[in-house]
Amino acid sequence: MELKEKLVASFLAFENKVSVDTDHNVHDIRSEAFDHFEKHGFPSKKDEEWKYTSLKSVLKHDYNVFPTGESAIEFASVKKYFLHEIDSYKIVFIDGVYSSFLSETSHDGYDICLLSAALEKSKYKPVVDQFFNTIAGKNSSITSLNTAFSKEGAYIHIPKNTVVPKPIQIVHFSTGTESELLLQPRNLIVVGENSHVQIIERHQSLNSNVVLTNSVTEIFADKKAIVDYYKIQNDKKSASLIDNTYIQQQGDSHVSVNTFSFGGNLTRNNLEFFQEGEHIDSTLNGITIIGDKQLVDNHTLVMHKYPNCESHELYKGIYFDKSTGVFNGKVIVEKEAQKTNAFQQNNNILIDDGATINAKPQLEIFADDVKCSHGCTIGQLDSDALFYMRSRGIPKKEANGLLLYAFANDALEKIKIPELKTRITKLIAQKLGVDLGFDL
Amino acid sequence: MSKYTEDDLKKELETKEYEYGFYTDIEADKFPIGLNEDIVRAISKKKNEPEWMTEWRLEAFRIWESMEEPDWANVNYPKPNFRDISYYSAPKQKPQLESLDQVDPELLKTFEKLGISIDEQKRLSNVAVDIVMDSVSVATTFKKTLGEKGIIFCPISEAIQEHPELVKKYIGSVVPTTDNFYAALNSAVFSDGSFCYIPKGVKCPMELSTYFRINEGGTGQFERTLVVADKGSYVSYLEGCTAPARDENQLHAAVVELIALDDSEIKYSTVQNWFPGDKDGKGGVFNFVTKRGLCETNAKISWTQVETGSAVTWKYPSCVLKGNNSVGEFYSIAVTNNYQQADTGTKMIHLGKNTKSTIISKGISAGKSQNSYRGLVQINSRAENARNFSQCDSLLMGNDCGAHTFPYIEAKNKSAQIEHEATTSKIGEDQLFYCNQRGIDTDKAIALIVNGFSKEVLNKLPMEFAVEAQKLLEISLEGSVG
Repeated sequence: MELKEKLVASFLAFENKVSVDTDHNVHDIRSEAFDHFEKHGFPSKKDEEWKYTSLKSVLKHDYNVFPTGESAIEFASVKKYFLHEIDSYKIVFIDGVYSSFLSETSHDGYDICLLSAALEKSKYKPVVDQFFNTIAGKNSSITSLNTAFSKEGAYIHIPKNTVVPKPIQIVHFSTGTESELLLQPRNLIVVGENSHVQIIERHQSLNSNVVLTNSVTEIFADKKAIVDYYKIQNDKKSASLIDNTYIQQQGDSHVSVNTFSFGGNLTRNNLEFFQEGEHIDSTLNGITIIGDKQLVDNHTLVMHKYPNCESHELYKGIYFDKSTGVFNGKVIVEKEAQKTNAFQQNNNILIDDGATINAKPQLEIFADDVKCSHGCTIGQLDSDALFYMRSRGIPKKEANGLLLYAFANDALEKIKIPELKTRITKLIAQKLGVDLGFDL
Repeated sequence: MSKYTEDDLKKELETKEYEYGFYTDIEADKFPIGLNEDIVRAISKKKNEPEWMTEWRLEAFRIWESMEEPDWANVNYPKPNFRDISYYSAPKQKPQLESLDQVDPELLKTFEKLGISIDEQKRLSNVAVDIVMDSVSVATTFKKTLGEKGIIFCPISEAIQEHPELVKKYIGSVVPTTDNFYAALNSAVFSDGSFCYIPKGVKCPMELSTYFRINEGGTGQFERTLVVADKGSYVSYLEGCTAPARDENQLHAAVVELIALDDSEIKYSTVQNWFPGDKDGKGGVFNFVTKRGLCETNAKISWTQVETGSAVTWKYPSCVLKGNNSVGEFYSIAVTNNYQQADTGTKMIHLGKNTKSTIISKGISAGKSQNSYRGLVQINSRAENARNFSQCDSLLMGNDCGAHTFPYIEAKNKSAQIEHEATTSKIGEDQLFYCNQRGIDTDKAIALIVNGFSKEVLNKLPMEFAVEAQKLLEISLEGSVG
């Protein structure tokens, strides 16, 4: 059975199962989203937004849509997937089901808990009604599919004037009890005025059974809020990820999203920023290092709607073997958004024959008093620099590694959690196959 | 040319709306409205074309019928009804080509107004002109001089008669009839255009030039240009266009094919100044043009364009860098004002080794216009050491216009080196202040700054065109900054 037909058939059963939350308008939202998905289906290469990324190979599997039962995992066996050096809140899901054993949530001054609880309990209703599914792409059939089946995920609500003292880790494990699994987590993050939160998100499969994750995250940053979001994408080659993140910012807020894509079979990141006030700063960073036949597709959108805002976008990519990189960076500056500063940079290195990069940095500008620029390069390592290092006794492999590390370093500098920075640095060294030999 | 001073410009700006908006009352031989196989046959017959050409047109027509009008470009316009256009219009008295005395005096007046005098002056400025009016070539100058070198420069209808082997070999080889909607339409109904062949090792001694003009109302202009530069040759080719001011929208769908064989070089410059519509966006020419060049080994094709006219422009002069060491260049200035819309750019397809391409695109938008750059740089897997540099700068004037860039970059070879950069800005107040402070008034200052902004492209134009282009730029932007 085609995946689409299977999903269509599953929807009714799903709706019956979760009908407990009739209090909320969520039922209507799901039905509407489902109709949209049923009408449009999965995107194909004919869609301009999916021109370079075909989902065909990912969709051919017979995915189990409703994973059965909760699998227990020992903390010791998965410790390495957490940023365990520092204290943190944790929201952990195993095969899409919440694991209270591995998690550490909180209701003390702020809510760090589950979306399923938020959808069910009436005390969360005002927040859910105000924010849930308000900015998630209504025209994206992939997002609609997630909305239709939205049930579980992280729910984070920080009231105003609050600094969350430690980072929050959202980790999704898949154990492989199902041979082919489709996961659709849904996160809702609302950060109040003048508050600050750091979030690290990771998807990890524990064996090489096929997993497809279609995740949607909505982030709302109120005035003067600061949100730092880190996505670690270093999954097994059997796992594919479609990540859709939508961010709405109010005046004077700072939101940064850092995406580190090293693993997975197919990774597609849809990242959309909507600015709804003045003096907003939006930062998008990404490092992609992939090989084999991996594909990483970064699709970003920054929507400047009000004056005096900034956006900074920096994506670095290193491509080995027969891997493919796609970058599509869209910056729209609307008529009212005078004095906008929008910068976008995308640098790529192709290491091997057979690697491909498709880039489309796109600017659409309707205001005249703006500074907007984008730069996109595709090139190789500087042979003079390589020679310099080798003439000083650094072996070729290490010299290469150092230069590549230096190439990616710009985007690394922005990480504000030192332990995470060390972790990412190690991942990069591992990925480049060198011991960088200096402690960073 | 005498020195053109700022005061002259000011005088011109005061009086001028669209200088070329006159209509010449020449009796025209016009086909009934509509398009079907009979019309295609009739056009072919009118031109006294051989059987293979008729068949080629009919095939293109059938392909066109199965195609849909593209709508991916960033432009909005009422779709022309392609069945509602007369596909053939020729000035009735067909002048003989040898002597000017035989040319209809009305026609000559038209050319004088256009500033193209087909007389001694032009001979001094050493430009051979082929004039295409309402899709039909009416005069070609300098034929004899060129003939001595073995250069063929004539209307394409004549080339089909006299050099069928060349036309048959090259027509449709770079832009096949199946290429796109407008190219298919053009292939089916084109009535004339220019043909140029430069033999082996010949350096064309003068600039070749074609002047296009739409005159008759309710017609479309469909001309076809084919330039073949044989091994080791060089040619510089100019193209200019104007149309009368009319309320209705006129259609222009041209195809230009360039073939640069080994070690040859073609330089193709366009100053496009079709009627852009009036201040309220009424009328104007829809300009849907397919231009493409093919480079063999060590060949070079350079496109330079100054786009100031047309209500809607849809134009992507491209280079297929097939041979090793071939070079493609694209220099463009696109100016939009009032309600004009331009979606223009280039494609650089790198197939051969050590191929190089350069793209410099300058977009200037004013009024309520929309200006888009859309480009593709494609490095194929066998194109070792390919190199591309792209730069797209946009200048916005006023707050009702838009500037857009849609660059596509596809690299499949690790040795590729690609740089792309784009900036958007407005004329800085400090720049204006600097000029004002030194006694240069705002209008002149803007003209200065715009000229500086587009210098890199203006420098690439042949002398005669550069002056005209600068003038055009200034006129197009008249009064756009308050």
